[in-house]
Amino acid sequence: MRHLLSAADLDKDQAIKLLDLAEDMSDVNDREIKKLPTLRGKTVVNLFFEDSTRTRISFELAAKRLSADVINFAAKGSSVSKGESLKDTAQTLEAMGADVIVLRHSSSGSAHRLAHTDWVGSAIVNAGDGSHEHPTQALLDAMTIRQGAIKHPRGKDLTGIKVLIVGDLSHSRVARSNLILLTTLGAEVHVCGPATLAPASLVSSGRVHFLLDDAIKLVNPDVVMMLRVQQERMSDSFFPTEREYARIWGLNKSRLARIGENTQILHPGPMNRGLEIDAASADSKNSMVLNQVRNGVAVRMAVLLTLLSGEAS
Amino acid sequence: MTGNYLLQGVTITTGEVRDVVIESGLIVDKASTGTSHEVMDCSGLVVLPGFVDLHTHLREPGFEQSETVASGSRSAAAGGYTAIHAMANTFPVADTAGVVEQVARLGEDAGLVFVQPIGAVTVGLKGEQLAELGAMAQSKARVRIFSDDGNCVHDPALMRRALEYVKAFDGVVAQHAQEPRLTVNAQMNEGALATKLGLGGWPKVAEEAIIARDLMLTELTGSRLHVCHVSTAGSVELIRQAKARGINVSAEVTPHHLLLTEDLASGYDPVYKVNPPLRSTADVEALREGLIDGTIDVIATDHAPHPKESKDTDWASAAFGMVGLETAYSVAQQVLIDSGKSNFERLGAVMSSNAAAISGLAQQGKYLSAGSAANLTLVDPKDSWDPKPQTLSMSENNPFTGLKMQGRVRHTIYNGQFSYRDLSIMQRAGS
Repeated sequence: MRHLLSAADLDKDQAIKLLDLAEDMSDVNDREIKKLPTLRGKTVVNLFFEDSTRTRISFELAAKRLSADVINFAAKGSSVSKGESLKDTAQTLEAMGADVIVLRHSSSGSAHRLAHTDWVGSAIVNAGDGSHEHPTQALLDAMTIRQGAIKHPRGKDLTGIKVLIVGDLSHSRVARSNLILLTTLGAEVHVCGPATLAPASLVSSGRVHFLLDDAIKLVNPDVVMMLRVQQERMSDSFFPTEREYARIWGLNKSRLARIGENTQILHPGPMNRGLEIDAASADSKNSMVLNQVRNGVAVRMAVLLTLLSGEAS
Repeated sequence: MTGNYLLQGVTITTGEVRDVVIESGLIVDKASTGTSHEVMDCSGLVVLPGFVDLHTHLREPGFEQSETVASGSRSAAAGGYTAIHAMANTFPVADTAGVVEQVARLGEDAGLVFVQPIGAVTVGLKGEQLAELGAMAQSKARVRIFSDDGNCVHDPALMRRALEYVKAFDGVVAQHAQEPRLTVNAQMNEGALATKLGLGGWPKVAEEAIIARDLMLTELTGSRLHVCHVSTAGSVELIRQAKARGINVSAEVTPHHLLLTEDLASGYDPVYKVNPPLRSTADVEALREGLIDGTIDVIATDHAPHPKESKDTDWASAAFGMVGLETAYSVAQQVLIDSGKSNFERLGAVMSSNAAAISGLAQQGKYLSAGSAANLTLVDPKDSWDPKPQTLSMSENNPFTGLKMQGRVRHTIYNGQFSYRDLSIMQRAGS
């Protein structure tokens, strides 16, 4: 593996291998001294053109636990806000010795572009590109689901597990990467959201449900993944009001009572409490939100390790 | 230079092989005795009316880092063009008599091709108030085609007024059909691929809704409409029906929409980013069919040069547009001739005479009628070649790079003089 740009870069074996490696990394995170010397002397650059403190911190911690040097470059207030291009910024950082560039960018395909032009030679990790993909998020979700559903998860795929993804399917990179990766791993993935936010090509797949109550009844999911409602969707008539959204697509106490006792609730964070998810659901024993955060560090350690050890061999 | 040529053994559009004689810039039936001619062996070449492009972005004034009237003229001559229409989205915008006259004069200075300016419909292309269309029509630039290309004249009342107003001087409104509210953040054709790539979709209905409305306004006003760069099967069908109803509409299709599909966006290389976007295979088929059956009148390049920095970026930051003057003929040959579905007469119509008629260019599209100015293009249909990113255009945003092309322009004769000869560009026509 040279880069990680899309969940589609991973076949089933590669995905399972990465998840297993992430389990090993997770064990490291439970030790008293949470550090491996493996990437000593390597430099990881977090190149973030969009604000995302959580993802950035997660990558930073992952790199540091592997003893790599980390540079954080946030576009806001930097040369980028003065009009510097992705190309120039990436080349500048590579000239300082980056081995891996972790890229978060508002433009779909930017990580792909960085990896496939002659701009830089570093390994590229897509940490979220526009409304395209967010593969490490899908990996941490898969890891969480596998741990929650399978007693001895190592080596296992997700066959037989039913996942329901709820929210903005048109613009969500989390939904896209999960649809790809969870399907690769054998899960049965259903989606649910307002028709204004469900692309026609997805609807024709037959796994789209417009109303959450119908979806819960029909699918009887093992996992419910609630997507964050982005501020800009609220102002552009994708749905009438926040209250109506919460009423029809929000996970609340009454729906919590109707999902299975062991059904996992996932959310990529940050949550809009009271909108797509209420406090009762977010704080319930079904909620895997903090496991997701924990697994995020482990998965990103596994990805960095795989990319940089691949380089050595 | 005598200005007298005898083109020997050339194939004309009917398939007949004969000689073509040019004397003092004019087509003549027979070589005059006592006049000396430069004799050229043209066996294997097909002579066509000099091509006329209805849609060329020459970028000057204002964006001379992309193209100038002179460099665009060179690229046009190399593509077999003897007339091109300079789009109005320059800086300043070609919305006054002064700017259109300046562009026309730059064309004369370059001296390789007739440069006919297009005037903006609205001041600054802003879609708010009509530009002085009458002044541009009556200027030395003699503007007949008005377009806000790049922007759609989306206000229905303003579009109605424009259609009514241009009737006074036999003008035509060339519409860039794009409903702006349906194409906010649009980056590529809407559909499964756009969803997969996470790029904002440009729905076909955004083009078709404007065309449908404009056809009704054209019928209402009894005016004349030209539809720029038709890109969808639905648009072709709308225009087909309108023509059957007798509405005075003409339409153009670009070489890239006749050949390329949205799949090229998969690698996020902005050389394939264009507006309207590349569509599906079914749309390409419908456009070809429309071109062959007469629904679509002309192939127009929408030649849109951009400097490297505008394309060497991520997809969303990149400019829309691609160059196309020097590959248009090869695409036309592939679609009309090599497909076995049409013929050189139709090719001459869609590459030249129909466009000349739409724009009212008396000296263009006349082909071999005796006494008319010799504006001719000679092509070698058997020459196969590989387009390179570098052309005579200043810009290299060439999506045809890497494709094998069949058929190539060999000579271009503008006003009786060679502007392009044996694959080489002249300084000026005749020198």
